[in-house]
Amino acid sequence: MTFIKKPIFRHPSLPKNDLGLTYRDYEGLVSTLCAGCGHDSITSSVIQACYDMSLPAHKIAKLSGIGCSSKTTNYFLNQSHGFNTVHGRMPSVATGANLANRDLIYIGVSGDGDTASIGLGQYCHAIRRQLNLTYIVENNGTYGLTKGQFSATNDKNSKNKKGNDNPFGAIDLALMAIELGAGFVARSFSGDKEQLVPLIKTAIAYNGFSLIDVISPCVTFNNHQYSTKSYDYIREHNATMGELDFIPEKDSIEINYKEGENIDISLHDGTNINLHKLDASYDPRNQNDVVNKLRKYRGEGKVVTGLLYLNEEVSEMHKVLNTSKTPLNEIPLDTLCPSHDELNSINKNFT
Amino acid sequence: MMKPTDIKNPNYFHKVVDCQWACPAHTPVPEYIRLIAQRKYTEAYMVNWESNVFPGVLGRTCDRPCEPACRRVRVEEKPVAICRLKRAAADNKNNVDSYLPEIPKVKNGKKIVLIGGGPASLTVARDLMPLGYECTIYEKDPKAGGLMRTNIPSFRLPEGVIDEEVDRILDFGIIRKFNEEITSLKNILNRNYDAIFIGTGAPKGKDLNIKNRYESIENIHIGIDWLTSVAFKHTDKIGKRVIVIGGGNTAMDCCRTSLRLGGLDVKVTVRSPKADMKASDWEIEEAELEGVPIFDNHSPKEFVIDKGKLKGVIFEKMVAHYDDNGKRTLKPSGDEPVLFECDDVILAIGQENAFPWIEKDVGINFNEWGQPIVDKTTFQSTLSNVFFGGDAAWGPENIIWAVAHGHQAAISIDNYCNNTDLLDRPDPITNLMSQKMGIHEWSYPNDISNSNRFAVPHADHKLALNNINVEVELGYDEKLALDEASRCLNCDIQTIFTENLCIECDACTDICPVDCINFIQNEDEDSLRKSLRVPAINLNQDLYISDNLKTGRIMAKDEDMCLHCGLCAERCPTGAWDMQKFTYIETQAKEIKILDYVE
Ligand SMILES: Cc1ncc(C[n+]2csc(CCOP(=O)(O)OP(=O)(O)O)c2C)c(N)n1
Ligand code: SF4
Ligand code: SF4
Ligand code: SF4
Ligand SMILES: [Mg+2]
Repeated sequence: MTFIKKPIFRHPSLPKNDLGLTYRDYEGLVSTLCAGCGHDSITSSVIQACYDMSLPAHKIAKLSGIGCSSKTTNYFLNQSHGFNTVHGRMPSVATGANLANRDLIYIGVSGDGDTASIGLGQYCHAIRRQLNLTYIVENNGTYGLTKGQFSATNDKNSKNKKGNDNPFGAIDLALMAIELGAGFVARSFSGDKEQLVPLIKTAIAYNGFSLIDVISPCVTFNNHQYSTKSYDYIREHNATMGELDFIPEKDSIEINYKEGENIDISLHDGTNINLHKLDASYDPRNQNDVVNKLRKYRGEGKVVTGLLYLNEEVSEMHKVLNTSKTPLNEIPLDTLCPSHDELNSINKNFT
Repeated sequence: MMKPTDIKNPNYFHKVVDCQWACPAHTPVPEYIRLIAQRKYTEAYMVNWESNVFPGVLGRTCDRPCEPACRRVRVEEKPVAICRLKRAAADNKNNVDSYLPEIPKVKNGKKIVLIGGGPASLTVARDLMPLGYECTIYEKDPKAGGLMRTNIPSFRLPEGVIDEEVDRILDFGIIRKFNEEITSLKNILNRNYDAIFIGTGAPKGKDLNIKNRYESIENIHIGIDWLTSVAFKHTDKIGKRVIVIGGGNTAMDCCRTSLRLGGLDVKVTVRSPKADMKASDWEIEEAELEGVPIFDNHSPKEFVIDKGKLKGVIFEKMVAHYDDNGKRTLKPSGDEPVLFECDDVILAIGQENAFPWIEKDVGINFNEWGQPIVDKTTFQSTLSNVFFGGDAAWGPENIIWAVAHGHQAAISIDNYCNNTDLLDRPDPITNLMSQKMGIHEWSYPNDISNSNRFAVPHADHKLALNNINVEVELGYDEKLALDEASRCLNCDIQTIFTENLCIECDACTDICPVDCINFIQNEDEDSLRKSLRVPAINLNQDLYISDNLKTGRIMAKDEDMCLHCGLCAERCPTGAWDMQKFTYIETQAKEIKILDYVE
C-alpha cells in the first residue's frame, strides 16, 4: 500500500477528451489494495472507458458491496456519486437509486464473494428485474479481504495457497446471468485492457443489465501455481471469442473484416459495436448456441473471454414498469405523493 | 527493434539527472539538495565545494545552465532554485576547515605557474596543491579572484564571500605574486616551471568606433574596466544621466552600479530585440525592477559632443529580419534617428581574450581570430607544457565553465608531469544503490512538494539603491530553503527494472502519474516512440528498454517525464522495479571526497 499522495503533476501532452479532461481527471484516491492486485487494473480500465466516452462524472453513480473489489469505487471517479453498501447488498441499493433517478449511469462493482456467496440472491433479482446497471464482478476466486478463503467461483480441485483442495464446484456467474435473462454478458481478464475497456464502454452504453465477469488475480492469496485465477493460468488458458470495437455514434467508421467473421450491431442509443470474431462459428446473439459453446470450452479447461451474449430485445426495468420518464427525484413532492384528500378517497375504497 | 538498455553505461542514467548533466562541473545537485533538506548544510556545501570550488560565489552568480534543464519545468512552470539553494548551503554552513584536503608538507618537486588569478587558475591550484605541487599565481590586480572580484558588483556578490572562498585556496600555500602583470611569456618559460597554466580571462572590453568616439575620453567608459575600477574603489560616482550600451550581464551590472553611484536617469540600449538579449532573464528582471528602462532595437550611430563635452548619443532604430533558417539580420527600420541625452556612456558590448604578452615565436599557435589553439579535452596548447582554461581558452563564458576547465586542465597537468598520456583520463565514479528501507519506505523523500518556486527575499529597495555594498538578494531563510529543497524530484534516484521478476500485471503502468511505463511490442525506436501511451517526443531523453517479457512484449519507459516518485516500485508486487540511487562523480586530479559527505 502506498502512503504518499499521487503527485498532481501530469504528462503535459496527455490527450484530452470532448469535455477537455484528461484521464487523470477521472481518477480517485490512491488505491490501498495490495501491490499488483488485478482489481487496480480494472479500476484503470473503468477510468479509461469513462474518459474515452467523455462521461461527465456528476452523471455517474458508483455502487459496491464489501471486499477488496468493492473498495475500488473509491479509486476512480472521485467527482461521482457513490455508495458502499453492506456485504452483498449492492443490487438493492442500486435498484433504489435507479428507481429514484433513472438519469444517472450506474456502475456497480462487486467481488465473487460479494456476488456469488452472500449476495447471490440480490444478484439474481437485479438481473431478473433488468436493472439498468453495469455490474462488474472482480472475480479472483477468493475472499481477498478476509484473507483468502475459497469463494464460490473457485474451480473444483483448484488449491488454495496452502495446497488444500477446493471440494466444491464453481458457480459460473456468466452462464447464470444468461439463464436469468441478462441482455449483456461478457467475461474478461484484468490483465487485458485492450479487451476490457471496449467491453466496459459497451456495457455502459447498453440499456439494461450488463454483466462483466472480470477474472482478476489476487496476488496475495490466489496467484500461486495451483490457482486457476492467476496471471499465468489465465494467460495460458484464455480463449478469446472476439475483438470488440466500440464506435460512438458520432464517429461511425467502416471496418473491413473478412465476411462471416464480423458482426455489426447497433445499440438502442445509436452506438455501434463491431465484433471481430475469432471463432467464426460463434454468434453472441444466439442464446442456445452461446450456452453450448461456453459449456464446451469450460469442459476443455478454457477460460472464454470477450462479449459472450448480447440480446437487445430485453427491456430494462423502467420500461417494464412503465415508470415516469422524469426521474422521480425531479418530480415535485406534491405531484409525486397523493394529497391528503386523495389518500383519504383511496382509503375509503377499503372500508 | 530496440535493444535492451545498457544501464551500465555511465552516461545512461547521468543524462536522466538533468541538472547534473547540464552543470559543466557535473555537480551532484540532487545529492546536495537532499543534504539541505536534512539541514546538513556543511555537507551540502562540501559536496558543492568538491565539484564547483566556489559555492558561495556561484550560489549568487552562476549562469545556472542546470535550471532550464531541471526536470521540474517539464511538469510545471519553474525549475528548482538550484543556484539559490547552493547559496543557502553556503550561508548556513559551519566552519569547513576540518573537511579540507591535507596539503603535503613535503612537495613532489614539480612547480606550476598559473597566470591570472581567476576561477580557472584557482581551480587548477586547488586540485594540484593536495598532490604536492608547488603553485605560483601571478595576478595583475592586488587581489586574486579575477572577474568574480572585478566584474561582479558587490550588491550581487559581497566581497567577503569572494575573500572567503579565494583565501581558502590561497591558504593551501600558494605562492602569491599579486600586482604583477606578466608582459612576456618568454620570461616565464625561461624560469623552468614544469607546467604553465594561462587563465587570464577575457580582459579586453570591446570599444565602439563610431563618430566622435574619441572626442570625449572622460565620459565614455569601457564597461568591464569601469566595473573593475569601481570594485577597487577608484571610481565612486557617475553622472546623473547614464546610457549603458549592450545587452549582456555586464550591461545589467553597469546600469545597476550606475544607479548606486549617483545615476538618476539610467537607461540600457541594445541593438537587437529584447528577446535576443544575452543577459540572463533574472538579471534583466532585476535591472527593470530597479527602474532601468531597456530600449531594444537601438543601434548607436554617433556620440554628440557639445563644446568638448559629451551631450548624448544618436541611435538608429533597427528591425530584426529572419530568413528561412531562422537566421537573424538587423536592418535599419528607416525611422528618424533618436538622440538620448546623457552625461556618461558605458560600453558593455562584449569582451575578448587578448594575449599581447605572448611572443609570436614561442610555439603557441593562434587561429585567425587571435585565439590560442587549445585541445578541447586536454586544454593543452600547441606548446606542450602550456595549458589554457577559462575565458582565456575560448572567450567569455561563465564562472562555472572556468571551474570545469580548471579541473580538466589540472588532470592534464598532473598527467603531463607524470609522463602519462594526456588522453588517459580517469573514468567517472559511478554507483547504483537500492533505496529500499521497508515495503513502501525509501531512504529518499519521494513525497515531493507541489509548491511553485519560492521567491528569494530582497533587501529594501531604497536601502539597496543607496549603498553599493548592500546585497540585494537576502537569500532564502531556513524555512524557505527547506521548502524549496522539497521541490526537487530526486532525479538521481533511478527506476531499475528486472525483467524476470515482472508478471506483467500493469500495476506500474496504472499508477505512474506521468504515463512513463509501457508494456508494448518492440519496434524500431522511431515507431516505438510514437506508439507509447504518450508519444516520447524529447529525443534528448532515452527510452529504457527491457528484454523480452513472458508475453513477448517489452517494457519501454520514457525517461523524459519520470518524477522519480517511486510509485511504480511501491505498486510492483514482485519487486521488478526498484529505486536505486545513481551516483556520478566526475573525477579530478586530486582525490574527490563527495561520497564522504553523503553516506
Ligand atoms: C455481512 C458480512 N459478512 C461477512 C463479512 C466479511 N467479509 C468481508 S469481505 C468478504 C468477502 C469478500 O470477497 P469478495 O467479494 O470476493 O472480494 P475480494 O476481497 O476477493 O475482492 C467477507 C466474507 C462482512 N464484511 N459482512
Ligand atoms: S488481498 Fe488479494 S484481492 Fe485483496 S487487495 Fe490484496 S491482492 Fe487484491
Ligand atoms: S528536480 Fe532536482 S534533481 Fe531533478 S533536475 Fe531539478 S534540481 Fe535536478
Ligand atoms: S518513478 Fe515510476 S511511477 Fe514515478 S514517475 Fe517514474 S516511472 Fe512513473
Ligand atoms: Mg474475491
